[in-house]
Amino acid sequence: MKTLITARGITKHFGATKALDGVDLEIFAGEVHVLLGENGAGKSTLVKVLAGIHGHDAGTIEGHASLAVIHQELALVPELSVAENLFLNRLPRRFGFVDRAEMRRRAPELLDRVGLDVDPDAKVKDLGIAQQQMIEIARALDKNAGVLILDEPTAVLTETETDRLLQIMAQLRQNGVGLVFITHHLDEIQRIADRITVLRDGRSVGVLGPKATTRHMIELMVGRPIDEQYPRAQQRPGQPLLSIEGLTKRGVFEDITIEVHAGEVVGIAGLVGAGRTEVARAAFGVDGYDRGTVKVDGKPLRRNDVQAAIKAGLGLVPEDRKGQGLVLTATVGQNLELVTLHDRDRKRLHDIAGKLRIKGRVEQPVKELSGGNQQKVVIGKWLLADPKVLILDEPTRGVDVGAKVEIYELINRMTAQGRAVLLVSSDLPEVIGMSDRVVVMAHGRVAGELPRGATQDQVMALAVQEISA
Amino acid sequence: MSTISIRKYAPKKYLAENGALAGLLLLALVIAIMQPAFLNAQNLLNVGVQAAVIAIMAFGMTFVVVAGGIDLSVGSIAALAAMVGALTAGPIGLVVGALCGLVNGALISYGKLPPFIATLAMLSVARGLTLVLSEGQPHETDALVTFLGSNLAPMVPLPLLLMLAFFGITGLILTRTNLGRRMYAIGGNEEAAKLSGIDVRKQKLWIYALSGLFAAAAGLVLAGRLGSAGPQAAAGYELDAIAAVVIGGASLSGGVGRATGTLVGALVLAVLRNGLNLLQVPPFWQQVVIGVVIALAALLDSLRRR
Repeated sequence: MKTLITARGITKHFGATKALDGVDLEIFAGEVHVLLGENGAGKSTLVKVLAGIHGHDAGTIEGHASLAVIHQELALVPELSVAENLFLNRLPRRFGFVDRAEMRRRAPELLDRVGLDVDPDAKVKDLGIAQQQMIEIARALDKNAGVLILDEPTAVLTETETDRLLQIMAQLRQNGVGLVFITHHLDEIQRIADRITVLRDGRSVGVLGPKATTRHMIELMVGRPIDEQYPRAQQRPGQPLLSIEGLTKRGVFEDITIEVHAGEVVGIAGLVGAGRTEVARAAFGVDGYDRGTVKVDGKPLRRNDVQAAIKAGLGLVPEDRKGQGLVLTATVGQNLELVTLHDRDRKRLHDIAGKLRIKGRVEQPVKELSGGNQQKVVIGKWLLADPKVLILDEPTRGVDVGAKVEIYELINRMTAQGRAVLLVSSDLPEVIGMSDRVVVMAHGRVAGELPRGATQDQVMALAVQEISA
Repeated sequence: MSTISIRKYAPKKYLAENGALAGLLLLALVIAIMQPAFLNAQNLLNVGVQAAVIAIMAFGMTFVVVAGGIDLSVGSIAALAAMVGALTAGPIGLVVGALCGLVNGALISYGKLPPFIATLAMLSVARGLTLVLSEGQPHETDALVTFLGSNLAPMVPLPLLLMLAFFGITGLILTRTNLGRRMYAIGGNEEAAKLSGIDVRKQKLWIYALSGLFAAAAGLVLAGRLGSAGPQAAAGYELDAIAAVVIGGASLSGGVGRATGTLVGALVLAVLRNGLNLLQVPPFWQQVVIGVVIALAALLDSLRRR
């Protein structure tokens, strides 16, 4: 087996913090090598050291192949065409000008290698996120990258898009490319990994084979045995706290009826684009709707009025943590008090920060926190407002396993106090494991409802069904 | 744990908060060495008085900039308010200034215009109205407005005290009121502010109204000092106000900015002008030096944030 990259004893300090501590890593040709670890374990730092973005303080790196990194934030120019992005920085030229004909001739061949069927003249901003990712991969391949590092590529993809990416990765593996794959989705690891290097606190704590169990991976990652991945403690449901009745927004969602009772967690599953987030936003008053009613604790809400929704006891943790949930320029404390500005109470603020086990001080800028801790801040600002119903939209996206379980415990605590939770999630095991009932949406409609204990197959069957209008 | 984090953040924070102040002191020191007359008490008071108009205007601008906006109309609003004040009475000038700000806010909130465009339009409208009302002539101010620009007692210029009063009010609004806290939230992430139940549009109305009100107050102080309101008064002052806010460490992308920073920024500009005069630098070259200082201040700030 050909070794493409050999790193030995990599150590990297940031100030007084040891981000990497003697990490060994070998990448073979034709393997998918997963880097697994909680946020802050050192995965990104390791990738950046390998890519030469960061220097290292000790250790050696031997490379026998060029290396390309597909970062989470894509490095594409949205206003330029697919072809221009593919050849960015080395556009084919003729008489000193860009040779568009040559570009168009070469683009399809590249797009073919990643199985992407788009018009080379289309603007990148008009493509979906999955397609954009493929373009980046195609660009990396054109540069003859022997090692391709994918940093959480599936975090933003739907189920089918993920399948497609994994297929392409398998194909690249056959062609002898060495792939380094970072993901928090353990099921993806079981589907594609050849070897798994687990990092914890900057150290490599084990290299596992493809047959490693989920439990084994998690325990290595968090460094302690864990009891349960989805610790849902069910309550006996009380009176309805959130009633969405016949909610309709033309062309977006149609006749949505969902009821959530006190003490209950209702999940909304479905493919991306099924209209789940749109329903959540409309119910919370962010966006308008054409027909239907939303009631909180029996009281109808005025449409398009976030203040009224909050006053009635509704809260929303939005799907895009950095774009919609946090004020990144502000501190942890300032973010926590955002909803409850009118009755500022420093003591409660510190209480909630402690209760949430937020790793970071209240005066610390929130952008310095890890993803999991940032999400806890977003949830915390709502807990301070003590809502009757909390809508959580993708609450654990990009959150590491340890923080995930803490968020699940928060959900349990809320429902134990007679509150209700509406959980929108693309993570099937999560939405099944944490919900008392699962509403499945497809094409903007409710495709069906499943009781607790439903299987992933049952959910998917509903999610992909064609609904005849 | 906590001791480590304090050690880690404290020096950076110290620099970030006092960079502009350190620059001001350094600047004063250099000028004092080159021209000891700078330290003369009367001269220092003059610097304060010269800083007052820009500072008051810049305090209003701080609200807008912290909330992620910009207000290009403050110079024109100052002139209009002073002219209305001279033709009627000072307080009416204040009301007119706040109203101009409200119109800015309404265009931005409800008309969804970018702040740059809305306030650019107001810059032209308010200046035009000033010219119309004045018929192109300067008008004498009444006793009340003239009083604003005078000395309360020997060596106690009222503009200086007004500047300090507005400084205090600005600090209070920014740090101790809901409106102030919301400015930081809106400027830092408008979408997150909206989803946290903040009525962003209503807040913006108030924010621009405040900026208009502060500009009007600055205009009255300026007219009071001169004893008359001129049709071309305070032209271009909006750029000095923005410069003071930026030198003070606020970010034009919003969410960052403090009253102390803006005060220091306005003082830097005044000290610089005063010092260059004392050193007999020709006025054309003064413009060049001031531009360089603004660029340096912004550059230092950007380096510090890295």
